[in-house]
Amino acid sequence: MDGLTRFTRQARIIVAIVLFAMAGPAWAVDDPSEMLPDKKQEQRAEAIGAQLRCLVCQNESIEDSSADLARDLRHVVREHVAQGESDQQIMQWMTARYGDFVRLQPRLTLGTFLLWAMPVLAVLVGATIAALTLRRRQTAPTPLTDEERRRLAELSNATGNS
Amino acid sequence: MNDLTRRRLLTAIPIAGAGVLGLGFWKMLGGMGRGSFDPHAINAPILDRPLPDFTLPGLPDQGEGFGAADLRAQTAPVLLNFFASWCIPCVAEMPELRRIAARVPLWGIAYKDKPENAARFVARDGSPFTRVGLDQSGMTAIEWGVSGVPETFLILPGGKIAWHGTAEITEETFNRKIAPRMKAAR
Repeated sequence: MDGLTRFTRQARIIVAIVLFAMAGPAWAVDDPSEMLPDKKQEQRAEAIGAQLRCLVCQNESIEDSSADLARDLRHVVREHVAQGESDQQIMQWMTARYGDFVRLQPRLTLGTFLLWAMPVLAVLVGATIAALTLRRRQTAPTPLTDEERRRLAELSNATGNS
Repeated sequence: MNDLTRRRLLTAIPIAGAGVLGLGFWKMLGGMGRGSFDPHAINAPILDRPLPDFTLPGLPDQGEGFGAADLRAQTAPVLLNFFASWCIPCVAEMPELRRIAARVPLWGIAYKDKPENAARFVARDGSPFTRVGLDQSGMTAIEWGVSGVPETFLILPGGKIAWHGTAEITEETFNRKIAPRMKAAR
């Protein structure tokens, strides 16, 4: 009885591991017929698609999304790649229709400057604060005056007696 | 800098920061209430540009389709509505579209729909559309920068796109956004 339960538990774990291994990476393309026959071109199309926002599920790229519109846009990207257009031309085609919002990586403009500069700014501010704090810690506190020393002795005697 | 001013500064800076943030959020929420700020709005670059090229077939029993040339040839403003029979907001929008069609010519494009389904949907309670085209592949919609249905465009004579809405049209939207732009074009 005990042996049987142990066996089923082991079997379950093995089945889970096998299923997990079989799952592989989640492929973006829903249907292999979407892919371009030329491997190099397909890789380029995937790289471009990964930079384009799906307008339906707005935090996914069109390569990751299975929305209808994303599939259509993937198709458009592959068509343009097959026609031999450059990455830049395809990006321009997309932004002409859907605006800068379609780029997952925002362009460096006056409006996005703070966004791009934030990592550097954060490190600078943090380093300044750290430097100031460390410097303050190094300066030793001013020594006690005679009056303070007398008062301290008085107080410690008082607590010691009670 | 003595201790007191530093302590005052350390108190004042977070309060000032929170105040600025609060003011910003208050303005954003106010804008959302008035409808002047919509965080979901997709900034369509197609605005104030000439309309893109396309030609679409018609729906069964709903007349011939149309193309960019037909829209450009118009001498009065036209409202162009992308819809689909499978889209619930489009179903909800239909009664309002019928009322609006009395005030401005309304043209429709069925987006990724089966011809017979779209035709039945349009004809069910009387078609609000002057002309209807079928964009079965969805490629014309991409040319227009459409990201879903319903979406509506106001096209001024000469083929200039003057307004773009990504939600269902209500009487309020029509009166506040569309009607003033039609008047300005006259």
